[in-house]
Parts: sequence; structure tokens; C-alpha cells
Amino acid sequence: MRYAMAIDTKKCVGCSDCVVACQTENNVPIGYCRDWVVEVTDGTYPQLEIEIRSERCNHCDNSPCVRCCPTGASHYEEGGVVLVTPHKCIGCGACIASCPYDARYSHPDGYVDKCTFCIHRIRKGEQPACVAVCPTKCMYFGDLDDPNSAVSKVLKKRKFKTLIPEAGTQPHVYYLI
Amino acid sequence: MSNSRREFIKISTLGTAGVALGAKYLYSEVIGDAPLRFPASEGSLRTPTYCEVCFWQCAGWVYKNDSGEIQKITGNDDDPHCNGRFCPRGTGGVGMYHDEDRLKTPLIRTSERGKDTFREATWDEAFDYIAEKLKKIAAEQGPECVALFTHGSGGAHFGHLLKAFGSATISAPSFAQCRGPREVAFITTFGDIIYSPERTDIRDTRCLVLIGSHLGENMHNGQVQEMSDAIDKGATIITVDPRYSTAASKSKYWLPIKPATDIALLLAWINVLIENEWYDKEYVEKYTTGFEQLKAHVQPFTPEWAYGITTIDPNVIRETAREMRNASPAVIVHPGRHVTWYGDDTQRLRGVAILNALLGSWGRRGGFYNPEKMKLPDYPVPPFPKPNRMPQDAYQGKYRLANEVVSNGLCDATIPSVERECNIRAWIVNGTNLMAALPDQQKTIDAINALDLLVVVDTMPVEITGYADVVLPECTYLERYDMIRQSPHREPNIALRMPAARPKYNSKPAWWMAKQLAGKLGLEAWFPWNDLEEVLDWQLKQIGSSLDEMKRMGVKKFPRSYDDLYFAPGEEVTFNTNSGKIELYASDLEAEGFAPMPVYTPHEEPPEGFYRLNYGRAPVHTFSRTANNPNLTDLMDENTLWVNPKVAKLWGLKTGQYVKLKNQDGKVSTFAIKVRVTERIRWDSVYMVHGFGHNNPRLSRAHGRGVNDTELVTRVHVDPVMGGTGMRGNFVTFVTDEPTDGKEAGS
Ligand code: SF4
Ligand code: SF4
Ligand code: SF4
Repeated sequence: MRYAMAIDTKKCVGCSDCVVACQTENNVPIGYCRDWVVEVTDGTYPQLEIEIRSERCNHCDNSPCVRCCPTGASHYEEGGVVLVTPHKCIGCGACIASCPYDARYSHPDGYVDKCTFCIHRIRKGEQPACVAVCPTKCMYFGDLDDPNSAVSKVLKKRKFKTLIPEAGTQPHVYYLI
Repeated sequence: MSNSRREFIKISTLGTAGVALGAKYLYSEVIGDAPLRFPASEGSLRTPTYCEVCFWQCAGWVYKNDSGEIQKITGNDDDPHCNGRFCPRGTGGVGMYHDEDRLKTPLIRTSERGKDTFREATWDEAFDYIAEKLKKIAAEQGPECVALFTHGSGGAHFGHLLKAFGSATISAPSFAQCRGPREVAFITTFGDIIYSPERTDIRDTRCLVLIGSHLGENMHNGQVQEMSDAIDKGATIITVDPRYSTAASKSKYWLPIKPATDIALLLAWINVLIENEWYDKEYVEKYTTGFEQLKAHVQPFTPEWAYGITTIDPNVIRETAREMRNASPAVIVHPGRHVTWYGDDTQRLRGVAILNALLGSWGRRGGFYNPEKMKLPDYPVPPFPKPNRMPQDAYQGKYRLANEVVSNGLCDATIPSVERECNIRAWIVNGTNLMAALPDQQKTIDAINALDLLVVVDTMPVEITGYADVVLPECTYLERYDMIRQSPHREPNIALRMPAARPKYNSKPAWWMAKQLAGKLGLEAWFPWNDLEEVLDWQLKQIGSSLDEMKRMGVKKFPRSYDDLYFAPGEEVTFNTNSGKIELYASDLEAEGFAPMPVYTPHEEPPEGFYRLNYGRAPVHTFSRTANNPNLTDLMDENTLWVNPKVAKLWGLKTGQYVKLKNQDGKVSTFAIKVRVTERIRWDSVYMVHGFGHNNPRLSRAHGRGVNDTELVTRVHVDPVMGGTGMRGNFVTFVTDEPTDGKEAGS
């Protein structure tokens, strides 16, 4: 089993609903976020292009954050989901520094926090909160090992990319382009 | 694509590496130190609601955490408004409940109007104060001199009170400051309105034409969802906008039109469809009248003619017309929603209506469907007294085609004048910040100063509350019952809003306030129930449901009474117009002395050194209503001023710098706005999101953040057809600390 997410940049409108839904689902304190939206504009008026992406932890296969964690708080769960166990985390911040995607933040309660792929929801057979709320339905989630999962199907059909592939982290969040 | 033209923006993060901006740990007690607890979704009780953050009224579920606090709201899967997915504002609606700046208790003014000085009062005191004034006004000049301005669910309760009192002077700025022109244009053409939610069949369309409508930035939920479905199915999107909107970036064709020239483009499209015989002949023949007049009328309006006006390449005009033809009848030339722009808006929307008629999209799959509403019977009350004056009398003889009350007409009729036998003397304002909704603020202030009584009913202190004599704190939609949502849609459906929590502080639901006031005014007969639950249960039982059932379901759908979502092939249809046909040549307009077919008239251009002020929406905010919401300000707590790089260079402006703005009449913005230099805007205009620049210090997050576009709209172009306030004919220049001479810097 390998959980992954695919996000369609052709449909995402950058509304940030994924951010708000994550905050209210996961008690992310106001002032922090586990996911965020990036907009890149190219060209000059009127020859323009925009790419809009909802970003979060990539749940990398080869994740520097897990490797550098001195306490084992950062670890892999089922399906390759990268998690932090709050009570094991000493808040040293090594993982924050090691992540090429700036996906982690220091929670005010003294531990490091980030996207969990809403593992508590996945375990109940639900979609992550961001995927479930997205008004444009531009996010697909599922098991890459299952050829019939939404994510496998859409990756078969569409061109995609990952972010900063040169970092060698082997991300599992894919962007449809 | 050169890197220097690359602009990278994180729209919605506050810094992921632990940067806290005004962090308030609302939920920290819930998190504690327990590893991975997710109280939001663990078997918590859910209660149904429909959203009040905007007019779309999505139905959803409110969840509480273990401590009984409201934690999250999600969409109801059965709701056709949202299909189980709320928009960011609705998801962040929890912030309305948690906002610690909320109005907490009734207030009575203690000094001059507008000074925002109040004393706390009991509900009884507040009601006595209001009732005494209302009785006096009714005795002296009649109850019709009491007006209600409303935007939102509370309007139903105060409207009921006003009708019992004997006044029909009830108005919503959503008509004359927003969608009025499209309704009037479509009534004069098709004999029917567009409704809300819009009857646009975007889900099944093959071509969607957006004219200044920035779906995706305005989160009209169902439409945004359907636009995304249409993209998936390969529909062609054509966007006409001087700004490279999000929708433009999703479009096959973006037409970067010169602002204020849309009618020329519409006429050219009509010309191309007719000249090339690309219109739906059978449909036009069967259902419309006035084709020959239209044909003769548009003959000179070629794409080449339009090019000189709109700057849109004639080939692109032809090509996009062909795309519409190819998709016909599954094509939507979208009527938009906020369409009060230049004062000839009804005529522009007539152009849109005519295009749809030529393409045969009205009444067809992928075009405009025929919505049906489940109508609940009204709870029995005595007939309302007949008012002696109707609201339209306030603007006698004008705007006779307006199908709703013109709010600015009522505002005008509040300022004493010799021409009127009496003016409006009291306003009850519910859920609308008129200072941000009505243009020409000075006029609004003049009107307010002439009032005997201004009552503001709201959840938040906003600018209009600062002018009130009495402020009544309404509890949020998450803490109250309201009337059953009965909305027109493909499937008739109803939705329930019930309280998920007790009202915080000393706030109360609008229905309770209306009932209490009725008691003080001797109008108990119109409120013969104890609480709203009784009313709702009675109404629901009449249609075979019940309050209990709705508490479980939240949304209930009903079968359509007729199979008439679309016209059947060859069906005879009578339209609700004078001729019974779709009127390409509008007899209603002609009868009122207006052009029966749209004409292009040039609008004023920005003076040198000035730029047209355009405004719009952001996906995380609704008007000025959400500007202090803790969850939503977390994503966007100020608006920015979009400036083209050429203009920025001329003025030496840099992204991130703050400037004040001055308009053509010398009005300077109260606050400064952050510049965003971007290629996404034309060099002759600037753009900002509406709803910021609050100057009520009681709004701790919103006060002084950004610029309020409304205060710069001092010049209003009123649509003579229906009274709409055109607000896009204002021009601004930059007030920089060290003024740069534009011309020198540019040479
Ligand atoms: S909710 Fe969906 S459309 Fe909105 S920003 Fe997130 S991914 Fe994009
Ligand atoms: S994105 Fe960053 S935090 Fe997430 S697994 Fe990769 S390296 Fe770790
Ligand atoms: S569109 Fe958004 S704000 Fe409007 S009613 Fe729906 S969820 Fe609420």
C-alpha cells in the first residue's frame, strides 16, 4: 500500500478551502497551516499563464525529515504516511530545516506538526479533509498500489510532475499539468 | 518564459516554519498533549444548517468537539447548492461564531451619530426605545416611512414585522447594487429572471462565456463546482476581462478587453452570428420576435468596428462566435451577478440575453434550465394592513421596470426634499453594512443624519453600527433557527437551519427580536406562536415532512411537478413578455422610452495620471462581512492594489509598499493599501478586492487593513432603466509619501 495524492493544476482555482478545512479538521491553531496555496504567474500582459497549486507535505519515500529526527518522533506509518508523534518530539527543529518543501512548522504546544494525510480519516475510509472539501474536485487521493484508486487512474491518464524532484525525496504528491 | 516575468505568490500561507501572525490558540485546550486527537470527526453530534456567509446558502452539518464547542462545518452531500462541499468562507464560518469582537449586548447611542459612542442596554430598554419612535413616526406620517434594508435571513423576520406594521418599504442592496440589471434585462427579453442560485446549466455546457464574471474568485459554490466539471469534460471557456482573472487562466480564450467597452463586443458577436447565419434558425423563428429589427440594427457593428473600441482582434471575435455556434444550444453567455458597472448595465445585459436567444440556449440542456422551487405554505396570520404608499412612490415615475425595490432610491427618499410630501424617517438595517454596500458614502451619511431612528441588527460592529441609535446584537446563523430555505433548482428542495450552540453573550435571533418588538407595537396577532420551531414544524407538516425529520436530514428533495427542466423538442412555449415571445426587440424598454435594442455609448476614460478603479471578490471573503473573521483573516487580512508593471515603473511603486489613493473628486482613501505589481492587470486600471479598509476600531483584525473601494466611488452612474448604481466609472491616482512625477519618471 502506498498512499498518494494528485492535484489538478488545471482545475484548482486557489480558493484555499483546502487550507481552511485542514485547519478546522485538525485543530491547526490560527496563524499556522499544514497546507497552503501557491500561484505562479508567467509572461507579460496579455500573454499570460498561471499555475495554481495546493501544497503540503509530500510524504516522501526518501524523506530527510525522518532520517534526521533524533528521537524517532518523525516516522513512517502504513501506506508511507510520514507522521510526527507529538509526545516524542522535542521540538529541536532539525526536520524543519531538512525539508526542502518547508512543509513543517513548530506548533505552539512545543512539537513539530505537519500534514498527516488525515490518516485518522483514511483509517475510517474517508478522504483527507482537503480532498473532501475542494469545490473544484481537483484533488485525488488513494493507494498507488491499487490500479483502480482515483489517484492511480488519474495519473495513468494525465501528465504530471512532482516538486523539486532534484532533491531526491521521491514525493507522493503529484501535480497534474 | 523568462524568469524576470515570473511572479511567485503564496496565496494562503502565513509561513510554514512556525511564524505566528496574531496567533490565537482557540483550540489549544483541545489539543492538550494527547498524541493525535481529532475531536472534530470523532462521533460528535452534528446539526444541520445552511450557510449565511454568503447568499448561496449551502446546506451543511455543524460538528462540535468534546468540549461542546463548534469546531467544523462540512457540506451536506444531498444539497444541490454545494454537493457536500462548502467553499472556504463557509468552511471558515466557524470564525463568525468564535469572533471575540462580536456585538454582545444591545446598545443605545449616547452622543452624536457616527461617533460610535454607546451605552449598554437591556433588550427591554432597546425595544421600548425603538417602539416609541416607530409609533410616533407611524402616527405622524404613516408606517410606510419606516424602511428595512436587509441582506440575509434576518430579513424575513423583520420584513414580516414591517408588513404587520403597515410598511412595504423593504429593500435589499443585492438588487440595485448588484444583480438588478441582469434580472430586468432577462425579464424584458425572456419574461423571467435568472434566480439565485443561477439557472445556468454549467454542468452540461460545452461553451461558457464569462464577461467580467470571475468565477473561482467569487466562490458561488455550485457554479464554481460545475465550471470545474465543465473543464473536465473539455468545455470551451471564453473569458472577457481586462484583468487576467483566475477564470481567464482556465480559459481557452481570454479577451483582454478595454474596460467599459463590453457592449461593443456583444454587438459585434451578434453581428457575426447573424451575418454568418450562425444563429439557431428554428429556435429564433419559433420563439422570438424582433429578429429583422435586430438584424438591421447590428449590421454596422462588425468585428472591425468593435476592434477600434474594445482592442479585441476581429479574428478572435469571429473565432469565439464560431465556438459559441459550434456548442449551441449547450452554450452559456453568463449573465454574471454583480453587474452594476457603468449605468448602461441593463442594456449590456440585454446584449447578453439576445446572444443567448440567438444561440438557442434558454430552456436547453447546457444553457439555461427551468428551475423549480418547493414552496412552503405560510404560517396562518391575519392579512397584512394595506400600506398607503408603496416603496416605489419614493422614486415616483422612475425605474418603473425595476422588479425589486431600489435601495438607493430609498436612501435618496430619506433626504428631505420639497418634491416629496414625506420622506423616510426610520431605517432598520439587518445584515448589510450600508456604508460599504451603497456607493457615494456622503449621500448615505446625509440620509442617516436626516433620520429619526436608525436601528442596526448585526452580528458584528461594522461602519453602519457606528451611526446607529440602537444596535441589536444578532446571534450568528450557527446559534439560531431561521425560515426553511426554499430554493429554485433542478430538483425542488428545502433545507433546515437550526442552532448548533446556544447564542453567545447576550445575542439573540432575529425572529425573537421581531416577535418582541411586535409585542411592544401591539402587533401580537401577526406573531401567534411561541417560537420559530412551532412555525417551521407547522409549515413542514403541510408538505409531509416535519421538524424532526429535517433535523435528521438537513436537506430534503422533492420530485418536480412537471418534466420541464428543458424545453421539449418543438414544444410550444409562451414567454411572460408582452408578445409572449422572446423579445429581441424589447417592447417594455421602448414603452418606457429606452432603446429597445442595446447601443454602445463610450464611457469616460481615466484622466492623465489616473487609473480606472476596478474591484472584485476574493474566494475567502464575502463583501465586508467576513473581514474580521479569525479563520478567514488568517488567510487574507487586507486587500492589495494590483498595478501593472509599466504603471508601477512610472510611479516608482514596488510590491509590498503601501500607498493611499485619491479619486477624481479629490477623495483620499482613509487607509493605505499594499501594492501588488502584476502583469495580470491592464495599464489603464487598478484592481482591489472589495470589503476591506474598515474604520471601526471595534474590529480588531479588520480595522485599518487595506482600502475600502466604496469610499472612492463618489461618482455613481445610475442606470435609468432600473436604478442600479454603476460603480466602475471612478478613477484613482496614487498618493505616495515622496511623490514621483509620473511623466519624468516615465520618459
Ligand atoms: S480547495 Fe481545491 S480549488 Fe481550492 S485551493 Fe485547494 S485545491 Fe485549489
Ligand atoms: S515533504 Fe518535507 S516533511 Fe514531508 S516527508 Fe518530505 S521532507 Fe518530510
Ligand atoms: S458559497 Fe460558501 S459562503 Fe456561500 S453559502 Fe456556500 S459555503 Fe457559504
